[in-house]
Amino acid sequence: MAAPLVLVVLVAVTVRAALYRSSLAAFISERVEVASPLNAWKRVVEGLALLDLGVSPYSGAVFHETPLIIYLFHFLIEYAELVFMITDVLTAVALYLAIQDFNKVVFKKQKLLIELDKYAPDVAELIRTPMEMHYIPLKVALFYLLNPYTVMSCVAKSTCAINNTVIAFFVLATIKGSAFLSAVFLALATYQSLYPLTLFAPALLYLLQRQFIPVKLKSKSFWLYTMQYAALYLCSLVVIICLSFFLLNSWDFIPSIYGFILSVPDLTPNIGLFWYFFAEMFEHFSLFFVCVFQINVFFYTIPLAIKLKEHPMFFMFVQLAIISIFKSYPTVGDVALYMAFLPVWSHLYRFLRNIFILSCVLIVCSLLFPVLWHLWIYAGSANSNFYYAITLTFNIGQILLISDYFYAFLRREYYLTHGLHLTRQDGTEAMLVLK
Amino acid sequence: GEMLAAAALLLLLAAAGPGRAQRDALREELLLSPLPAGDMAATFQFRTRWDADLQRGAVSHYRLFPKALGRLVAALGVRELHLALTQGFWRTQAWGQPPLQAPAGAELWVWFQPTVTDVDKAWKELSNILSGIFCASLNFIDSTNTVTPTASFKPLGLANGTDHHLLRYAVLPREVVCTENLTPWKKLLPCGSKAGLAVLLKAERLFHSSYHSQAVHIRPICRDASCLAVSWELRQTLTVVFDTFTSGQGKKDWSLFRMFSRTLTDACPLASQSRVYVDISPKNKEKELLEVTPPPASVHEAIVQGDKKIYAVYDLLSPSLFNTSRSLNVQLKWKRPQDSSDLPTPVLHAQRYVSGYGLQTGEISTLIYNTHPYRAFPVILLETVPWYLRLYAHTLTIITKGKENKPSYIHYQPAQDRRRPHLLEMLIQLPANSVTKITIQFERALLKWTEYPPDPNHGFYVGSSVLSALVPSVIAMKDADVEQSPLFTSLFPSSDGSSYFVRLYTEPLLVNLPTPDFSMPYNVICLTCTVVAVCYGSFYNLLTRTFHVEEPSRGGLAKRLANIIRKFRGVPPL
Repeated sequence: MAAPLVLVVLVAVTVRAALYRSSLAAFISERVEVASPLNAWKRVVEGLALLDLGVSPYSGAVFHETPLIIYLFHFLIEYAELVFMITDVLTAVALYLAIQDFNKVVFKKQKLLIELDKYAPDVAELIRTPMEMHYIPLKVALFYLLNPYTVMSCVAKSTCAINNTVIAFFVLATIKGSAFLSAVFLALATYQSLYPLTLFAPALLYLLQRQFIPVKLKSKSFWLYTMQYAALYLCSLVVIICLSFFLLNSWDFIPSIYGFILSVPDLTPNIGLFWYFFAEMFEHFSLFFVCVFQINVFFYTIPLAIKLKEHPMFFMFVQLAIISIFKSYPTVGDVALYMAFLPVWSHLYRFLRNIFILSCVLIVCSLLFPVLWHLWIYAGSANSNFYYAITLTFNIGQILLISDYFYAFLRREYYLTHGLHLTRQDGTEAMLVLK
Repeated sequence: GEMLAAAALLLLLAAAGPGRAQRDALREELLLSPLPAGDMAATFQFRTRWDADLQRGAVSHYRLFPKALGRLVAALGVRELHLALTQGFWRTQAWGQPPLQAPAGAELWVWFQPTVTDVDKAWKELSNILSGIFCASLNFIDSTNTVTPTASFKPLGLANGTDHHLLRYAVLPREVVCTENLTPWKKLLPCGSKAGLAVLLKAERLFHSSYHSQAVHIRPICRDASCLAVSWELRQTLTVVFDTFTSGQGKKDWSLFRMFSRTLTDACPLASQSRVYVDISPKNKEKELLEVTPPPASVHEAIVQGDKKIYAVYDLLSPSLFNTSRSLNVQLKWKRPQDSSDLPTPVLHAQRYVSGYGLQTGEISTLIYNTHPYRAFPVILLETVPWYLRLYAHTLTIITKGKENKPSYIHYQPAQDRRRPHLLEMLIQLPANSVTKITIQFERALLKWTEYPPDPNHGFYVGSSVLSALVPSVIAMKDADVEQSPLFTSLFPSSDGSSYFVRLYTEPLLVNLPTPDFSMPYNVICLTCTVVAVCYGSFYNLLTRTFHVEEPSRGGLAKRLANIIRKFRGVPPL
């Protein structure tokens, strides 16, 4: 399987290199859908220039990257394009290896459940075969590398790519079962953008499942393992934050990064829901709604953990999608990350209800974003409402896509345990409803 | 008992005696200078000098020095105060170097005493009090438009060390100057507008002009040459430029009556000196092209801003002036037609503009011209840009004669959203006979809908940048005695005779920001919350409900009623 992966990687690198040399690179770097105030490359360069001028990069309101990024690019600024291409390749390879291992786990679990007679007799067509699962890791790598969102994100040199790499390594470490590495990568991801904190729950559930520790609130081994994992995570986070302090000898970066992410002072338009909402908010309610919107991101973790405790990878996918949709400064690079996981659930295709309409919505909205931006900002013939409407539609499309996949997943689980051909008490064909 | 009380009272009166003996003096002066393009500039200066120490000792008896300003200086620990309200822009290229320039709008810069502990609080109080005294909206000065320059504004009066944390500078470019601001300014003058030169200050003529600038400068100065004691000086200056074309008549002859629709009848009785200076310097070393009537009693020569100038002097206090007529109407006639080609090129002038298209990004460019043929000199550039134009310091480029010019000193303080503006101060060396272009790129921010002014599509003003330089002068200047020389030569202290201090201001900029739709707050809140609710609803359903096989329902009431009717009709039931 290595050869097709290498081929895909080569094609992806060629596409990116070609775009770097073309005039599109400058155009893409300016796009607000690709570069947000948190991860734009222009701001990284500005932060390094401020450091050269002798001013702390965090004394202004332009730079919101972590000190480790300053440290990294202080040495690698000349090779920035190479760095971003390598991060994309690393993400794809990490996802490839992770999904390869995950497929083995899925297949083993399926075999166990068949032997334990947990499945209904007539679900043969729902059982997954190694043949069908053979190409999924390659498809995942392909989906990530050749997704136009990822390519644009890489050409714009948005540091979202680095965040994606860290999350991909976190997923790989979790699937391989290494709690220590998983905690370290999760700490790095949280350190950079705060929201991956919610991925603690699915990672914990996966590792517990792998250690065969049942998830019962009264079980001592459950709490022991949880405490261990939490301690590893918190210690790594504290170590990384202290390292950052020693880099610039001040705690200025904490309000500049985490205060900025949480309080959303910069209302630059992006593909998310926050900017126009807070541009039009009555000042009196501003704090209230900021809190509501931030709680919204973290809010779904516990209910999803309860419902999906047997399926932690799907939980991870849904959680990643929720972070990408509801974070305070989303970009298409975040969307590309969870879309890379879609081939893993390709067996749910027959249960998806609206996939055609939703794909059309997402594609059309992606094409309309630059058009309406141009009409508002450059031509002056539209106003902000046009761009806002496309933002709303794009987010609704994403939300319905995720809930569609969730519905299909739950439906397949029901069929697996209750049989594919359901009959009512009088023998006629039954309808399945969610009640 | 009574004798003791009377003795105590006499003692008190004697003790208060020295307070009454503090001398104050008023000098008033009007400078009329014809500008090269045929326009006429008139600069009024009223200088009240008070030999008292406002900081120490309770001073309660105010004579010529206005009580409002005296109490302000004493109470808030102000060391120097400079406030200017200006309408219009001084066109340095067409009119030459300005005597005293001020930026468009309102400008306030203050040095506080080292004894002031909370400078920001004192600054806020000061701007509010001045706003009341001058009927100007100076109360809009807050931390978002105040900066602390480190090099551009040195004290103009006596200074005991310069800790720049005691300095505050703010500009309100949007401020409009009108009669409402002129009236309280005139009221601060000892004679008001009833006698002396101030009778010429009629609002309807002053505001019908290309440039109107009124300023107040308060500073401590040496009482005498030994400088053992401190006096306080209040200067009120008013500069106005009258346009040839707005006056209507074809001829370019000027007179006081034509400019101000009044003539001078007497001097202010409280003034110790009251003079009118008319600039009759010949251009290009030719004979005079101006004829002044009535003929002046004396002629004064001075070197002002590196140029030798000749002034006709009218002393309003000399009794011979009003012998022939009750009023003095100085008239200037051009002897020969003005040659438009002899526009002087000022040694230092600058321009600033915004470039770029669209509402996302832009670029501010400043062009500084040094037209001196062989001398290079450094200039300090101070730029204050509001926070909503996010400057990118890495895009700052300075190019002179095609090559990059690195400044020897840069102080950059980036802005913080809604708290403080950008501050960029640079010391740039200008080579002889060159143009220096300074460009910096910015991004426009989207503000909250309540932060836009009522006319959001008018745009946002960016205050003028300040250029301070010691320009080398061609002719050596002697250090003149401050008390003897005319007022217009003595505002800026000169360190040596070979250069003179110039402070120039560039144009203010008008920049558009992207605006949200102001009619939509409720709609936006509803729609966005709907999207969040769609997510919440879908997830709630999927998380709390489970799949069930649908049981056939026995039918509701409507179905049973329909079945009864069908039985009557003889049709099979539902």
